[in-house]
Amino acid sequence: MSASAPWTVASVRAALESKKISARELAAEYYARIERRNPELNAYLTLSPERAHAQADRIDAMIGRGETLPALAGVPVAIKDVISTRGIRTTCASKILENYVPPYDATAVERLDAAGALFLGKTNCDEFAMGGSNENSAYGPVHNPVAPDRVPGGSSGGSAAVVAADLALASLGTDTGGSIRQPGSFCGVPGMMPTYGRVSRYGLVAFASSLDKIGPFAKNIADAAAILSVIAGHDALDSTSASLPVPNYAAEIEQPVSGLRIGVPEDYFGAGIDPEVKANVESAIGQLEKLGCRRVPLKMPHTDYAIATYYIIATAEASSNLARYDGVRYGLRVPGATLTEMYRQTRDRGFGPEVKRRIMLGTYALSAGYYDAYYLRAQKVRTLIARDFFDAFQKVDAIVTPTAPTPAFRLGEKTADPLQMYLADIYTVTGSLAGVPGISVPCGSSKAGLPIGMQIFGPHFGESRVLQIARAFEKERGAAN
Amino acid sequence: MKITREDVLRVAELAHLGLSADEVETYQKQLDAILSYADKLNELDVSDIEPMAQVLYAAESASSPAAAEKDSHPELREDVLRPCEVSDAVLTQAAESATPFFRVPKVIDR
Repeated sequence: MSASAPWTVASVRAALESKKISARELAAEYYARIERRNPELNAYLTLSPERAHAQADRIDAMIGRGETLPALAGVPVAIKDVISTRGIRTTCASKILENYVPPYDATAVERLDAAGALFLGKTNCDEFAMGGSNENSAYGPVHNPVAPDRVPGGSSGGSAAVVAADLALASLGTDTGGSIRQPGSFCGVPGMMPTYGRVSRYGLVAFASSLDKIGPFAKNIADAAAILSVIAGHDALDSTSASLPVPNYAAEIEQPVSGLRIGVPEDYFGAGIDPEVKANVESAIGQLEKLGCRRVPLKMPHTDYAIATYYIIATAEASSNLARYDGVRYGLRVPGATLTEMYRQTRDRGFGPEVKRRIMLGTYALSAGYYDAYYLRAQKVRTLIARDFFDAFQKVDAIVTPTAPTPAFRLGEKTADPLQMYLADIYTVTGSLAGVPGISVPCGSSKAGLPIGMQIFGPHFGESRVLQIARAFEKERGAAN
Repeated sequence: MKITREDVLRVAELAHLGLSADEVETYQKQLDAILSYADKLNELDVSDIEPMAQVLYAAESASSPAAAEKDSHPELREDVLRPCEVSDAVLTQAAESATPFFRVPKVIDR
């Protein structure tokens, strides 16, 4: 098999079973590409060949013995560096965890391991997943593989970039306000945010606990579905993981979409949208109609309040979650004469500017005298935003929108004004607040060749529906190209 | 300005962040801009709205009204003791430790 052929979960399995390639050789093929391309992209922070080779040897031994292979046997994956990996450095792209080596695997990671995946390494991201451009990494930004002078999106920029550049077959990212979907859109790969509670967060380093989700990036919808099937499901170690049964997503995605009602909220196509994004998403909706979907105009009246709501809630939760970085139990310690001095100097030196900004904002929003005005009010508006979704899903089967208002912007273009950067999250934070599943699928390119993504939201635990529409669109688009 | 220099210093103290003079000035401006934008939320009447405090239960009841009616939460495990012998592994990540403790600078002076 030539090194240029993009592998899929199914083609890896077939090649391993027919002994055209070994798992070891497959890992070597990916590491060779990583060696060539990663210096330019800065998408991996840490490579883990020891673990990948041990995993590959286990699969090769199973093949040698003629055993049935597990679901993701030999599939080379990358893992965002905010997800704990036993024995592999996990920095959260922060100086404060520069040398942190977790003693355990996150549940999602453990499940990938049990399913036979190979862990190539850990991917770069915005520090503690806070950002939309990957420029907040303490280890330098990731470059977009499609246009290296552009951002890959964020915060899971590395996880999107490695899949787009074939430096991993698939990857895990995390999504708090759009951190899987927006980089998926910017890099031109599918990226899926599951329903809140669908995938265990045990071992995910917490940013905003009422919003954080783990989900996959892949080259195609079938692979995303295969990975989601493995990582989803209840976990006794995460009391916020749902106990609902997990469907076999891969089996459900080929269902026809004819007759499905697709809600198109006019609030997502207003001021601030790039005309090329609008045109491409409109044309994609036209393709869904061609497949028999019925377009239903929607109003989601609280959309305009989502950014303010999100940035109050997410920063409040972050200020609380990040209190644990104090130099005592793990990570950086900068000595001080007193305990308080040690805390202060450790946090001062260890956190980057965006993380400090969010801790400050969240601490303010939770502080005496301001809690009711900011945090409590935001939690109430969150109820209204969630109701927009509940109401919409009484009338439609899925909601289709652009993923981001623009294609990938230039490195450095938005770093001077944090509020402008936050406003670019407008189409993704709504679903994050409601807790519904959403996917970004590539739906076209700008004239400059930059990828554009379409976002598909489904009702709570409606991952099958979201993936089914994404798959039908992918097939239609593939046929059209 | 909505946010004063004193607000920034107060919040930095609460958050255990010792900011430089430049950072104090920058964050004052930026927090002011962001919180002024957040005032948008005051346009809405939320007096009769419940805050969304638990996302999972909201999600479960939206997808299965029966689950909401039962008000059962099978995701919660039994509260029983289980062996958890990880202290050695955990302490290897500490800057300073003396098994089985983390070490910190003296907290009480006398």
